[in-house]
Amino acid sequence: MYKSLIVRMSGEIAIKGKNRAEFEKKLMENMRLAVKSLAAGVKVNKIGGRIEVQIGDAAMSDVVERLTQVMGIVSVSPVAEAELDIEQIQETAVRVVQDAMATRVAPVTFKVDGRRANKRFPLPSPELARTVGGYVLPRVDGLKVDVHDPELVLTVEVREHKAYLTCEKIAGPGGMPVGTAGRVLLLLSGGIDSPVAGWMALKRGATLEAIHFHSFPFTSERAQEKVNDLAKQLAQHGGRVRLHNVPFTEIQKAIRQHCPEEFSITIMRRIMLRIAEKLAWRRKCLALVTGESLGQVASQTLESMFAINQVTSMPILRPLVAMDKSDIIQIAKQIDTYETSILPFEDCCTIFLPKNPKTRPKLGETLDAERPLLDSLEQMIEDALNGTESLLFTREQDERVIQ
Amino acid sequence: MKREIYLDNSATTKPHDSVVHAMVAMMADTYGNPSSLHRKGLLAEKELDKAREKVAKALGVKKAELLFTSGGTEANNLALFGVARQYASRGKHIITTQIEHACVYDAAEALQAAGYDITFLKPDAQGLIRVEDVQAAWREDTILVSVMHVNNETGAIQPIEAIGRFLQDKRKTLFHVDAVQGLGKLPLRPKDWGVDLLAISAHKIHGPKGVGALYVRDGVTLMPLFYGGGQEKGIRSGTENAPGIVGFGVAVELATKQLSQQAAAMTRLRDRLIEQIAVNHPDARLNTPQEQAAPHVINVSFPGLRGEVLVHALETNGLFISTGSACSSREKIVSRPLAVMGLSERELEGAVRLSLSPETREADIDEAAEILKQTVSDLQMLYRR
Repeated sequence: MYKSLIVRMSGEIAIKGKNRAEFEKKLMENMRLAVKSLAAGVKVNKIGGRIEVQIGDAAMSDVVERLTQVMGIVSVSPVAEAELDIEQIQETAVRVVQDAMATRVAPVTFKVDGRRANKRFPLPSPELARTVGGYVLPRVDGLKVDVHDPELVLTVEVREHKAYLTCEKIAGPGGMPVGTAGRVLLLLSGGIDSPVAGWMALKRGATLEAIHFHSFPFTSERAQEKVNDLAKQLAQHGGRVRLHNVPFTEIQKAIRQHCPEEFSITIMRRIMLRIAEKLAWRRKCLALVTGESLGQVASQTLESMFAINQVTSMPILRPLVAMDKSDIIQIAKQIDTYETSILPFEDCCTIFLPKNPKTRPKLGETLDAERPLLDSLEQMIEDALNGTESLLFTREQDERVIQ
Repeated sequence: MKREIYLDNSATTKPHDSVVHAMVAMMADTYGNPSSLHRKGLLAEKELDKAREKVAKALGVKKAELLFTSGGTEANNLALFGVARQYASRGKHIITTQIEHACVYDAAEALQAAGYDITFLKPDAQGLIRVEDVQAAWREDTILVSVMHVNNETGAIQPIEAIGRFLQDKRKTLFHVDAVQGLGKLPLRPKDWGVDLLAISAHKIHGPKGVGALYVRDGVTLMPLFYGGGQEKGIRSGTENAPGIVGFGVAVELATKQLSQQAAAMTRLRDRLIEQIAVNHPDARLNTPQEQAAPHVINVSFPGLRGEVLVHALETNGLFISTGSACSSREKIVSRPLAVMGLSERELEGAVRLSLSPETREADIDEAAEILKQTVSDLQMLYRR
């Protein structure tokens, strides 16, 4: 019954003025990429100011699943077609509404929207709505009319050659098309938060690269696999994600040996930021992204952020800064990173966890604590960057080593 | 490439070349279904029969007393559930131990949840089960005693013969032994020991994964776990894993034909390694018993280190071993057998297992000891500061 979809894009794109065309072009490009590996004949077109997708030989559910991950899409609706004949339109309407009711619990409030674009069609819009509504109502169980605030809206649009009916509306993520906001570097641990932060950066249109610090043998190879899986999962939402895996063991050891234990986490984060900043310059990223949320753990107090942040002048985006853990977990579940994140492999942060970490490190004290490392720090950072392995994840492909 | 020393043979072993060849031949040529009426079926059936003969010979049992399974886990599950369901009318009491492998322990817990009365015996500080405890736990309604032969984590040999003697006149109590770790390391004589059910697995003796067997004494009936085409006397339906079983046959022959020499060689190497560890690491604690230990397992704790970290650090230096306990900051999974032996928190966390096979050489042992010494001291320095 359904051969196509209509796509609603974010209002933000629609009000972009003279840049609008560029944003739309990027959105459609991303959509095409998302459905590329599905069956032949999936086509993304712009018709009269809106985006339509012909599903060709692909299954509607597959197309919907892919497209509702694409940033910039607010919702999609499967479209049923009917000949320009009121009886056929009515019959199709019944089936479309029944379909939508299959996933809902009665009673459901309902209305019909009529749109007569083709003025040769005998019924004007309000009459079209009434005629179709009057036909559907007694034929589908559990419907209740409410023209002011309906849960379900059947839209009947009469155009040149056919009538198009839509009812079900499947939500997308909204936001801006990936690739319209420039490039950022995400600090990706194996935890719950950082993948969500990465997803939120993608949602604002950023192109995503990620950096991960591993401490083999203190962390296992499975911990690395887990991070790779998270990057791959993010690529489902962002099309492609480049992941840089930085060897961090030697630096961990040096911190452990030369710095006071209670400052080890603060110093570790400072060095991670220094490395990330250097890599960001090389990769032409204009900001760093972290999964920090204010006050969540010891290294995320304002004092900590202040002491850590001091090493860089590059913007650090913290999309989760004001979010509660439960909200973060909810998003992690939605974007399918949660199950991977909770696998019990350690990441860098947990391995040398000091007994009494400073929750409110003073910058001056931190600098003193870090001083024993300063002579060798530049070299250690350089070594870490030289030992970095980069992987490219795309929606369809497994990782590919790129350097 | 750096030399690799594999001392994790209790986890699994590298299949022997002749095992691989025999299996390839089964897959490439003798691919018939043993149940088929035609010649291809017959040829496969003959190979299966030869393999059954070899395994039966290794255990000193009749061919008809062997059921092939998908491995040790299935064999043990079949024994426990098969007996419990078949003989529930006799009684619902089962005796097992706290040191069993999860495929027995968890099966027993599942039976407990289903209304069976399970006694889990505690070992002594050496990790050994006492016969007296079995005697004390035994009741008129005990339908099954299940005690492992060699503990997979410590290598402790349990007093199977003595338990068998005690149960000899207890006609309504069946005796099951998980002998997965004993096969190819110690003689297995279920008939002489009064054992009614005995589980073994191929991949611990340089055979393939996915195949094992359960010895079921003539006269014992089991309720099947699987229903279907009636293979394995109707107790284990499902087309036979012919390549796996044939590989098992080859492996079992290799593992048992010179058992006493191989065991003596392994014992000597094990003792050599234990001695080097004792000299190099005075603070290490040996969790393997001095007496009553299988020839191939060494369990040792390095207090203050974390087993998992040590395993990974050793791996980078070319030595492959395993931990008894896996710890992470998020959840703590300590080894049940070691915990019930009364090890301290630090000893549990720092426990690792090294396990040999007949293919382990003296040079491997010496090199392993050297790598261990170096790695442990590196890590200790780091942790101690």
